[in-house]
Amino acid sequence: MAVIALKEYSAVPRDLVANFNGKQLVYASWDHHLLFAAPFLFCVPPQMTFSEWVAGPLTQLIAADPDAKAVDWSSVQWLKANQPWTPNFAGSLAENGVVHKDQIRFRTPGLNSLLTVN
Amino acid sequence: MDTQVTKKKLGLKERYKLLTRDLGWETTFHSREEVFPYVHYEGIKIHDWDKWEDPFRLTMDAYWKYQAEKERKFYAIIDAHAQNNGHLNLTDAHYLTAIKIFLQAITPGEYCAHKGFARVGREFGGVGTQVACQMQSLDEVRHAQTQIHAMSNYNKFYQGFHAFSDQRDRIWYTSVARSFFDDALSSGPFEFMIAIGFSFEYVLTNLLFVPFMSGAAYNGDMATVTFGFSAQSDEARHMTLGLECIKFMLEQDPANLPIVQKWIDKWFWRGLRILALVGTMMDYMLPKRVMSWKEAFDIYGIENGGALFNDLARYGVRAPKGWGDAAAAIDHMSHQLMLGLYQWSFGTAFHGWIPSDDEMEWLSAKYPDSFDKYYRPRWEHIKKLAAAGTPFKNYGLAKLCQTCQLPCVFTEPGDPTLICHREIDYKGEKYHFCSDGCKEIFENEPEKYIQAWLPMPQLFQEPLKGDLGAWMNYVSLVDGQDNGDFDGSQDQINFDKWRGMATSNK
Amino acid sequence: MSTVFIALQANEETRAIIEAIVLDNPEAIVKREPAMVKINAPGRLVVNRETIESIVGRSFDLQEMHIHLITLSGNVDETDDSLTLTWNN
Ligand SMILES: [Fe+2]
Ligand SMILES: [Fe+2]
Repeated sequence: MAVIALKEYSAVPRDLVANFNGKQLVYASWDHHLLFAAPFLFCVPPQMTFSEWVAGPLTQLIAADPDAKAVDWSSVQWLKANQPWTPNFAGSLAENGVVHKDQIRFRTPGLNSLLTVN
Repeated sequence: MDTQVTKKKLGLKERYKLLTRDLGWETTFHSREEVFPYVHYEGIKIHDWDKWEDPFRLTMDAYWKYQAEKERKFYAIIDAHAQNNGHLNLTDAHYLTAIKIFLQAITPGEYCAHKGFARVGREFGGVGTQVACQMQSLDEVRHAQTQIHAMSNYNKFYQGFHAFSDQRDRIWYTSVARSFFDDALSSGPFEFMIAIGFSFEYVLTNLLFVPFMSGAAYNGDMATVTFGFSAQSDEARHMTLGLECIKFMLEQDPANLPIVQKWIDKWFWRGLRILALVGTMMDYMLPKRVMSWKEAFDIYGIENGGALFNDLARYGVRAPKGWGDAAAAIDHMSHQLMLGLYQWSFGTAFHGWIPSDDEMEWLSAKYPDSFDKYYRPRWEHIKKLAAAGTPFKNYGLAKLCQTCQLPCVFTEPGDPTLICHREIDYKGEKYHFCSDGCKEIFENEPEKYIQAWLPMPQLFQEPLKGDLGAWMNYVSLVDGQDNGDFDGSQDQINFDKWRGMATSNK
Repeated sequence: MSTVFIALQANEETRAIIEAIVLDNPEAIVKREPAMVKINAPGRLVVNRETIESIVGRSFDLQEMHIHLITLSGNVDETDDSLTLTWNN
């Protein structure tokens, strides 16, 4: 049963994409870079290209990490929904299949100024 | 002793029997099912309500007498506190952050507990249960009132106390406690008893109140010690009610065991997540520290919780599923959350700060396996950024856990260098979690948690549409006063100035 | 054997209660912390009314303890004469 209740029970999710005025949520986190306490939340238009997103909001938010300047975006390893993934930088988020509330992760092996990776 | 000749008064058991004797009448106008409609649907089978024992057997006259006594003691100290510049007797104004969090996040929970026990006191079928729950309901409203009253004295002098009720509903970190209580209040009566009576009262309040209140005493905060211990004096009764309830369910029918076990698993994990906030208070916010969060967890979590679950093993109950993950996380959880509270302090109705060198020494001594290796380098870097005049503010808002509503700050079990990422698709929507424990709670009752009002995603919806200034108005946060760094805050400046005036003739 | 415990506020009235607990529970260990006193005992701890009365020199209702109690651990059994905490293991 989807909920323990006296009778049939169904509910509407609070965070449907329709509530975001044409935008969508995207989450991103930089593996092993925990100066940033939690994955970032972005509210962006699905038409934004992946490269715009990387060069704009993402680069801006990760700047405080001492490894930020050394990130080579062309050799970064990506994950989407925890699966290895290759984005098309020229394509939009929508064309890249980045859906509402998708979690994007990226890895930069060798860059670990603040955290020794086991 | 010459009073012994008077006739022996009625014994405790007899008095209690007389109190409750006429309350359990047979219903005739409506059927029992109609009068008590909520006691069956959760699947708990009860055959004999009279088997519920209240070991304290407090009668109403004794209850009023002792509660009145507690109130007299409480107000005597609160008056003395207000009359003697109690707000200047704190070891340090850093400490205020801890009690702001208490007022914004925990005190409203007392009020929720009051509502919940009033309701289940009506919904349960047995007299002993009804009386005990109604007494607890009165206790809880007293806790809410005395806490608000005690802290109102600080509101006259310091920032961040003025809008706790708005913040309880609207700001992000309070939603952790709010969702815990909303979840319990929207459960059936038996689950509510496990959630609040058992997990919260028996397993967790020791960690919330005992070391923290002792810490308040250590830090010169008589107001908090007083409401804390005054509330805690009811807690022994509440814990006992929780423990008796669980034994009662397990003894009534073997079919109750799997249901009860599932609730224990769920509510232990939900409680642990609230305790993450308490951990930050103990490890980072008390200027003088009684014990670390880890030491407190060893005593009240591992040792006392272990004793309890060993005792309940005779009914087939095992320790909560998340027990092992919890023990492994103890070295990390307060540090992980505190880094978040610091970097998002533009959005908190309390002040954050970088731990001093002394404090970092203390943290590495208390956390020899984790602090220096994982957390000190981050704080040192943050310190460098502050010294360079570019203090670290993380304006990227955080991904929240759909179940516990904390930012997803916790790491993989066994790898403190990697955030724990958990997600699922349910009816075409994605949902994210901070841990396996939270994910599993969602999976058991998805229709409940898809309705979670998550503060961060809400900020981007109507009517705020991502406007941070409008959000601050909405959560009654005065930018530049209530939030940000402690260094340079009005709280810091005023405390130093007033304390100087109180201790010299300048 | 699991530890049972009782914690009381540190004040005038609880001095006699603590003294009584120590007398009646030779294995009890008293821990004094800021503003509170915590008493641990292996498996079982009993608080006797008569012992307290003999210390304070007046009659004492065990339920008065409710005013000073901070926390306890163990299964509770209370009568007019004693309060007992036990773990069954
Ligand atoms: Fe309470
Ligand atoms: Fe969670």
